[in-house]
Amino acid sequence: MKRVYVNEEWCLGCHLCEYNCAFANSNEDDMILACKDKSLDARITIEDRDDGVHFAVNCRECKDPLCLKSCIAGAIFRDGDMIRIDKDRCVLCYSCIMACPYGALRPTKEKVMGKCELCTDNGRKTPACVEGCPNKAIVFEER
Amino acid sequence: MAINYIYPEYEVVRNYDRCISCRVCERQCANLVHHYDTKRGKMICDESKCVACHRCVALCPTRALKIVKSDHTFKENANWTGEKITNIYRQAESGGVLLASMGTPKNYPVYWDKILINASQVTNPSIDPLREPMETKVFLGHKNDKIVRDQYGRIKCDETPQLELQVPVMFSAMSYGSISYNAHKSLAMASKKLGIYYNTGEGGLHEDFYEYGPNTIVQIASGRFGVHPDYLKAGAALEIKMGQGAKPGIGGHLPGAKIVGDVSKTRMIPEGSDAISPAPHHDIYSIEDLRQLVYTLKEATNYTKPVIVKIAAVHNVSAIASGVARSGADIIAIDGFRGGTGAAPAAIRDNVGIPIELALASVDKRLRDEGIRNDVSLVVGGSIRSSADIVKAIALGADAVYIATSALIALGCHLCRSCHSGRCNWGIATQRPDLVKRLNPEIGSEKLVNLIHAWQHEIKEMMGGMGINSIEALRGNRAMLRGIGLTREELDILGIKHAGE
Amino acid sequence: MEYVIIGNSYAALGCINGIRSVDKTSHITMITKEHYPSYARPVISYVLCGKAKEENIYLRPQEFYEENNITVLTDSEVVQINPEAHLLKLSNGNDVSYDKLLIATGSSPFIPPMKGLENVKDKFSFMTLDDMKSVEKAVNKKKNVLIIGAGLIGLKAAEGLLERVKSITVVDLAPRVLPSILDEEASKIVQKELEDKGIKFHLGCSASEFKENSAILTTNEEISFDVLILAVGVRPNIKLAKDAGIECGRGIIVDDMSRTSSPDIYAAGDVCEQKELTLKENRIIAIIPNATLQGETAGVNMAGEEKHFTNPVAMNAIGFFGSHIITAGTYTGEAEVISDESFYKKFFIKDDKLKGFILMGRAVDRAGIYTAVVRNETSLSSIDWNTLKEKPSLAAFALKERKSMLAKEV
Repeated sequence: MKRVYVNEEWCLGCHLCEYNCAFANSNEDDMILACKDKSLDARITIEDRDDGVHFAVNCRECKDPLCLKSCIAGAIFRDGDMIRIDKDRCVLCYSCIMACPYGALRPTKEKVMGKCELCTDNGRKTPACVEGCPNKAIVFEER
Repeated sequence: MAINYIYPEYEVVRNYDRCISCRVCERQCANLVHHYDTKRGKMICDESKCVACHRCVALCPTRALKIVKSDHTFKENANWTGEKITNIYRQAESGGVLLASMGTPKNYPVYWDKILINASQVTNPSIDPLREPMETKVFLGHKNDKIVRDQYGRIKCDETPQLELQVPVMFSAMSYGSISYNAHKSLAMASKKLGIYYNTGEGGLHEDFYEYGPNTIVQIASGRFGVHPDYLKAGAALEIKMGQGAKPGIGGHLPGAKIVGDVSKTRMIPEGSDAISPAPHHDIYSIEDLRQLVYTLKEATNYTKPVIVKIAAVHNVSAIASGVARSGADIIAIDGFRGGTGAAPAAIRDNVGIPIELALASVDKRLRDEGIRNDVSLVVGGSIRSSADIVKAIALGADAVYIATSALIALGCHLCRSCHSGRCNWGIATQRPDLVKRLNPEIGSEKLVNLIHAWQHEIKEMMGGMGINSIEALRGNRAMLRGIGLTREELDILGIKHAGE
Repeated sequence: MEYVIIGNSYAALGCINGIRSVDKTSHITMITKEHYPSYARPVISYVLCGKAKEENIYLRPQEFYEENNITVLTDSEVVQINPEAHLLKLSNGNDVSYDKLLIATGSSPFIPPMKGLENVKDKFSFMTLDDMKSVEKAVNKKKNVLIIGAGLIGLKAAEGLLERVKSITVVDLAPRVLPSILDEEASKIVQKELEDKGIKFHLGCSASEFKENSAILTTNEEISFDVLILAVGVRPNIKLAKDAGIECGRGIIVDDMSRTSSPDIYAAGDVCEQKELTLKENRIIAIIPNATLQGETAGVNMAGEEKHFTNPVAMNAIGFFGSHIITAGTYTGEAEVISDESFYKKFFIKDDKLKGFILMGRAVDRAGIYTAVVRNETSLSSIDWNTLKEKPSLAAFALKERKSMLAKEV
């Protein structure tokens, strides 16, 4: 399956992926409406190190997902190769946050747990983060 | 000094209705123009630091930024322009030479733009390059005067080493040090894909790039930095740099601050030491001396590689070229005064040398007149900006062109002309690791390949329009050119007629 | 091959998952005392407060069992295991034979003998969906609720009921809330938060006597109530196993393949004890991830392949009224506290390993990175622990580690 992979050596730490993500998942058709004067609601996180290392972290779509195995509500489920969250079932108990070794989940504004769903839930072909990355620091491919 | 007379040249215009304070401008500006003011909760900027490189504008996801020239002005004065005044302030303050980068921005005539290309109508019909073969391949090197046959009567065609170019374009010399590792890698990768050549400049060849040797021209300049036997053997051709269009008559100076890590290793000089290239080669004071170096290099590489001698376009360029042609060089590269540089004294860059169009025309004529045109190939550079410039250059007598500024622009350069600051926001003219990584060679090389492919298409279209199906038939074909708005003298030098004639 | 699973919760589902990863077809029987197939037990408190809908509580749709060739025997209690004959006896007299058996019977509320308890009419446990339904029927806005037990079950019941009753009082013998999960500092913070919401606490005391509508505490205070919830503690349901001669401590003893002492019998979940990672001693680790992983391990091994689950660690995500606490591991070794007004975190470090932690407030973000450091027994000197302890981040790991996490399939 195609996943988002990180080419850390090319990440500039510009954080555009976070904003492109927030926009893509905002239901707005304008980034300004989606992001202006709002707290950033992104499913991808850039980590910045003082030594100039930057890289993105989003859901790895693990083959052995600890989030799913820890979910108390049966809200996290496997859909083919992807891991998804059933918003109606999530009770925001944070068990998945406790379990995910990548720190890839975070609550959304809708008060349910959120994670990267590779933009399959917002009608895109390529994840917005990858499309907007200026330096191919994140790619969407099979590995 | 108490009073600062230098006022910001640009204004950063931020549309606060569009700005989402994502701070990408702040993170991407190596000149520290932008910053987020937590007190006011918005982005603010210090435009005195702005060099108009447009990195922030390009990366702003909501197009909230633009950079405009400040309309702040001195009292109007056609003689004492704001620039002249400001430069005096600068020098009165610093006591130093004004440094500048890239080609001269001065408003000198660009002859390419005063030359028009012919096309066929009715007779000698035009050729459709999409339907018929169209040859853009050229060979650079010494051409024999007569056909040589072996004992079986077969034509010997490898008598002299040649460079084979799929398109008559090469990336001209830019040293590793003046440009970044990733810029070099982009050029190297693109050259390989395109079947052309890039040039090391005088910074030596990074060990990682030896694999691109078959597409590399290795340069030997007055500082001899990075020159060793393996270096000479690594390249497809050797280039002796006698001069550079942007700074004829002077040497180079890469400050010690940039001689770090691999740059120092590749140049074979200690870290932190200034890399000073002398104005002349101290072993070359005559054509005979030059000939000695040419043959030394040929000897060192077993006569398997063509030797290029690169000279700046100066007043007596045709006489100089004539001498160079007799030195044993296989290729003469001429660099016009609009050519780029990583750093040069502004006074030199803006006032010394001549335009490449005139230099090319006169050199080609002189070599033909002297019957030695076939002894050498001519490569010209110094501001080739488009496929049309290439077609005109070839019709004026060039075998191929050298491009550098165009290549850098393809890599993202916005011609902010601040290379000498070392803070290139596009990752090109810098050695700062955080900036170098902004240029991913995978992306860079693809852009270069795209550019040259696009130009190749256009060259074929223009050739086809003229009813010409081979670059060979275009070379020196001045009948295909007409001048516009040129004086009789200029037309004579260019060897072309005026439009309408 | 005939698989039988006693139990209907997370370990059971983990086991089904494990079996089906190897054996796609053989029949599985799931036997449960309850009236329901698998449902999300801890979600009952969220149903009470309206955060979850009851119809969403079921962990698998009915089709799941049909599609996976699983027979679910609800309202069925296994009364005897005969390991030699590979036979189970049910309370209704039926026999069920098995080739491979999983005991995932979980635990039951433990109710210590308390004077006068029999006088209380509306008294409930709070473990099952039926418990929740009974509680729901018994409460309304006029009712005062007394909860005995300030552990996780008691407090989640309190949270679930708060908006639906007149008052809630919690009594616990321990001097602080969540004594088995939190340290004193964290307990204090949680107690304060719950008190701010209106829940009253009587800690360090117990009920010495119950009357029909009141309890007399050891402090001689009398607390009147309408509804009593007993959440003192739980005991693993090991009787079946013990009677069958299977080796038990406090729970059924299993190895890292979820095997019991009896061949072809496996156990998983709250009913069993296994060697805990940070202490290297047998422990009952009654948490969902553990149940799922033990169950899955059992399933794979039952189906004939080999799988080991070597790093069981306690971990808890606890939330009350939108503020969260995440803990993991054990609180052994040297403690290090980092805190300010908005967060509290405490790490326990021993022999260059992170043994456990408590995170509260905004410190819970990306907590799983810490959990992984505990679970993987990462040597702290091999990572940038000083950065990591300030902020959970993959940046604290070496390039090679980061690449294996982010540039490869995981």
